[in-house]
Amino acid sequence: MADITLTEIGHLDIREDSLLRLTWRRFRRHRPALVGMFILLAFAILAIAAPIITPYDPTAQKLTQALIRPCAAHPLGTDHLGRDILARILYGTRLSMLIGIFAVSIGLIVGVPLGAISGYYGGWMDMVVQRIADTLFSFPSILLALSLVAVLGVGLQNVIISVGVGTIPSFIRLVRSTVLTLREETYVEAARCIGVSDWGIIWRHIMRNAMAPIIVQATLSMGTTILVAAGLGFLGLGVQPPTPEWGSMLGEGRQYIFSAPYMSTFPGLAIFLAVLGFNLVGDGLRDALDPRLWQR
Amino acid sequence: MSGFTRYLIQRLVAALLTLIGVATIVFFLLRLLPGDPARIIAGLLASEEEIQRIRVQLGLDKPLWMQYIIFMGRLIGGDLGLSARTSQPVLVEVAARLPNTLKLAVVSTILATVVGVSAGVIAATRRYSLFDYIASFGSLIGISMPVYWLGLLLIILFAVKLHWLPAAGAEKPTSIILPSLTLALFSVALVARMTRASMLEVLNQDYIRTARAKGLKERTVIFRHALQNAFIPVLTVIGLQFGALLGGAVLTESVFGWPGIGLLLVDSIFARDYPVVQGIVLIFSAMFILVNLIVDILYAYIDPRIRYG
Repeated sequence: MADITLTEIGHLDIREDSLLRLTWRRFRRHRPALVGMFILLAFAILAIAAPIITPYDPTAQKLTQALIRPCAAHPLGTDHLGRDILARILYGTRLSMLIGIFAVSIGLIVGVPLGAISGYYGGWMDMVVQRIADTLFSFPSILLALSLVAVLGVGLQNVIISVGVGTIPSFIRLVRSTVLTLREETYVEAARCIGVSDWGIIWRHIMRNAMAPIIVQATLSMGTTILVAAGLGFLGLGVQPPTPEWGSMLGEGRQYIFSAPYMSTFPGLAIFLAVLGFNLVGDGLRDALDPRLWQR
Repeated sequence: MSGFTRYLIQRLVAALLTLIGVATIVFFLLRLLPGDPARIIAGLLASEEEIQRIRVQLGLDKPLWMQYIIFMGRLIGGDLGLSARTSQPVLVEVAARLPNTLKLAVVSTILATVVGVSAGVIAATRRYSLFDYIASFGSLIGISMPVYWLGLLLIILFAVKLHWLPAAGAEKPTSIILPSLTLALFSVALVARMTRASMLEVLNQDYIRTARAKGLKERTVIFRHALQNAFIPVLTVIGLQFGALLGGAVLTESVFGWPGIGLLLVDSIFARDYPVVQGIVLIFSAMFILVNLIVDILYAYIDPRIRYG
C-alpha cells in the first residue's frame, strides 16, 4: 500500500513502474494464470487473424456442403447450412469478446461511481444504493438478462445491455466495501484536512487505490458475461443468425445432436476455453495484486 | 430485545424491501416494451377489440401510478394476473410446473453440498496432494463450463453413444439424473473451492492445534472442530448457489426439455406472454430472497458473532 501512496506525492514514474513490475513478477509465478493468459492471447490472435487463417466466409451458405464431418478442407466440419464451423468460431470470437468488453463496461460505468458514492457518503444515499444492489442481486444473472431481452428484443445491442446490467451490483458491492476501508486511511484524512474536495478525494486518492480489486472483478466478469450472453444465444434470444455467435451456434447444433454432434461440441469448447481463460487470469491477478500476499 | 431478535427483524425488513424492489422492477418490465404492450402481446393479427380487452385486463388503460398500486395490491393477494396465451391464472400455470423445477434444484443442491463439501475437506486435509490438484483443477473447469454445453455433452455420451439414460423429458425415474448432474456441476465446483479455502483457514487456528495436542482423533478434529467452523461461509455459498441453480434451471430445462418453470419462461418469452414472464421472474427472485433469508438466519444462529456484531 505504501508504494501506491507515494505516487500521490510525486514519485510517480519510479514507483508505478515498480508496482507494475512487482505485480507482473507475482503474476508470472502463478502458472495457471499464465495458461489463462496464453488462452486469451491465442483467442485475440485468432480473432484478428481470422481472414488469414480461414478462406471461408462465416455467413456464406452452401447447402451442397451441409453437415460435412471434420476433414482437411473443414477442420471442424460444416453446419446444416454448409457454413464452415471453424470460420464461424473464429469470427464469433470477435463478437463474444466485444459483448464481454461492452457489458463489463456498463457494470464499471454505472457500478463503480454508485459504489464509491455509497461507501464514501454513507447515510440515506448508501441505504438507497444498497437496496438497488440487493434488488439486482436477487435476480440470477441469466434470469435478469432473459427478462430484459424479453422486453428490449434480441440483437447485439440489447444483449450487451441485458447482460451488462447484471454486472452492476457486484461492482457496487465491491467498490463500496473497498471505499469503506480506504476512507479511514490517514492519507485520505490528510487530503481532507488540506481542503481537497470530496470528488477529488474519491477519484484521486480513493479510487486509485481501489483499482486492484476492480481490475480483478472486471476480468472475472468478462468470463461470466460471455457465458450469459452465449446462454441467451443458445436459447435463441441472443445475437441472431446468420451472425456467427458461439451461443447461437451451439443452439443450432442442438437440433443435429444425433447426426452431427461436432456442431455443438466445438462452439461449446470455445465458450468454455474463453471463460476458463478469464477465470485463470482473474485468479492470478487477484493473487498478484493483493499486497497481503507480497510478503510471502 | 435480544441480539438475535433484533437481527431477525433487520433481516426481515431488508428482505421485504428487496422483494418490493423486485416487484417494482417486474412491474416496469412490461412498461419498458417499445410501443403499446397490449398490441405486442395480442400479436399482429389481433383485432382492435382484442387489443382493448388485453389493455383492460392488464390495467394498461389506467394512469401509471394507479397501475402500480393495483399491481402491488394484487400481488399481496397472490394474484399474478392471467396468461395471455391460455387465459389461465399465472399462478396456476406456474404451480403446475414449479414442483419439477424445485425437484431439480433440491437434488442438485444436495449433490453440490455432499460432493462439494467432501471434495473440499479432502483437498484441504491433503494439501498439495494429487487429489488436491485434481480437485482444484476440476473445480476450475466446473466454474468455467457452460451448463448448456455440459448438458449436450452428457446427452451425446449417455443417451446417444451409450444409450444408458434418456436424452430428454421427465417421464422415467432416471430422467432426472442428467439434468441434475448438469445443473449441479457449477455448484459442486464452487462449494468445493469455498470449503477447501475455509478449511485451510480454520486448520491453522490455535484451537485445532489444541484439539490435536490433547490427543483427539484426527477424524474428530476435522469433522467436529474444523468443519463445523469452516462450514459457516460454505453455507452462505450454498444459499447463493440456490439462486444460481434457479437461473441455471432455465438453461438446463431447455436442454433436456424438463417441464419446469424455466422451460415455461423461455416458451412464454417466445410467445410474448408477458404476464407469465413477469410472474415467473417474480417467483424465482422471491424464492432466491427467501432462501438467502433462511441462510442468513441460520448463519446468525450458528455464529453468535453475527447477531451480536
